Amino acid sequence: MTHNIYLYILVMAGVTYLIRMLPLVLSRKEITNIYIKSFLYYVPYACLAAMTFPAILYSTASIYSALAALLVAIIAAYRGKSLLTVALFACAAVLIVESFLPL
Amino acid sequence: MKNKEFRNGVRDGIAVALGYFAVSFTFGMASATSGLSILQAVLISLTNVTSAGQFSGLAIIAAGGTYIEIALTQLVINLRYSLMSFSLAQKLDRAAPHWHRALMAYSVTDEIFALDASLDSALPPAYHYGITSVAVPGWVLGTLAGAVSGNILPAFIISALGVAIYGMFLAIIIPPARKNNTVLLVVLSAMGLSFLFSVLPVLKKVTSGFVIIITTVIIAGIAAWLRPIKEENTKGEP
Repeated sequence: MTHNIYLYILVMAGVTYLIRMLPLVLSRKEITNIYIKSFLYYVPYACLAAMTFPAILYSTASIYSALAALLVAIIAAYRGKSLLTVALFACAAVLIVESFLPL
Repeated sequence: MKNKEFRNGVRDGIAVALGYFAVSFTFGMASATSGLSILQAVLISLTNVTSAGQFSGLAIIAAGGTYIEIALTQLVINLRYSLMSFSLAQKLDRAAPHWHRALMAYSVTDEIFALDASLDSALPPAYHYGITSVAVPGWVLGTLAGAVSGNILPAFIISALGVAIYGMFLAIIIPPARKNNTVLLVVLSAMGLSFLFSVLPVLKKVTSGFVIIITTVIIAGIAAWLRPIKEENTKGEP
């Protein structure tokens, strides 16, 4: 079956709003449990890492250009470049490698 | 008095808006290259106002995932906002009418929360609205500009832009991983586990959205259990 993009957007927006709204409206008490706080702290890192690898390897026309992009992005991010800069460096790596590859 | 608080919010929100423009520009490009229309990309940014959540949602839309997958992914990825909302619920000016809470919830983001939390006094809703009034237009206009560029660029450029979203993710997770060993371990184990899901015979059949959810819950759960954070160390990703 095909999915309706507007329905996807509605589901995303609804879930995200409820996550933000319910604690504000319903709660007057702060979370003090250190394990729940820690879990929420680590969630973005685990999540973004899982989304990045291995998916990045299949995101371009060739696995070699993808590997080059991965390497370049890691180095640029390690040096503390901004989000947009790292993203553009990764794209440039793909362009350069693919221009040398017989595709 | 309220005007002054709103103006302070606008003033502090300008830097947030500029940062948002750059990030959402990438989101707009990624949306266009994933086959979404400009209107759809802008609508996602206007109704969600969250970078990691939108990018992961986009990945699931592009892969034709189920509505359950997209709902659960948003729940897991954006769960940290509930912590911020809990915190803001404490800080909110007690004199403010209750309905403000439902309205303010719309723009509880990492950056706006950080500004709200940095106030010395109780939080007046007007300050939060002031930040929102510039930060959200920055987020939406960046998406629009990115989506338009994504639609007029040639094919080989669009192919290269496929890695942009992952470059952004790496830019978010690597600097903190460099400073904090546990975050580094979390990043590496999450990558390792999701890689296992992509190669092992039975696990291979699990769809990408659920791989992200399962990996996140397992790895963040183990990390929280073995290495609970110190109190002052609660700043999330941008």
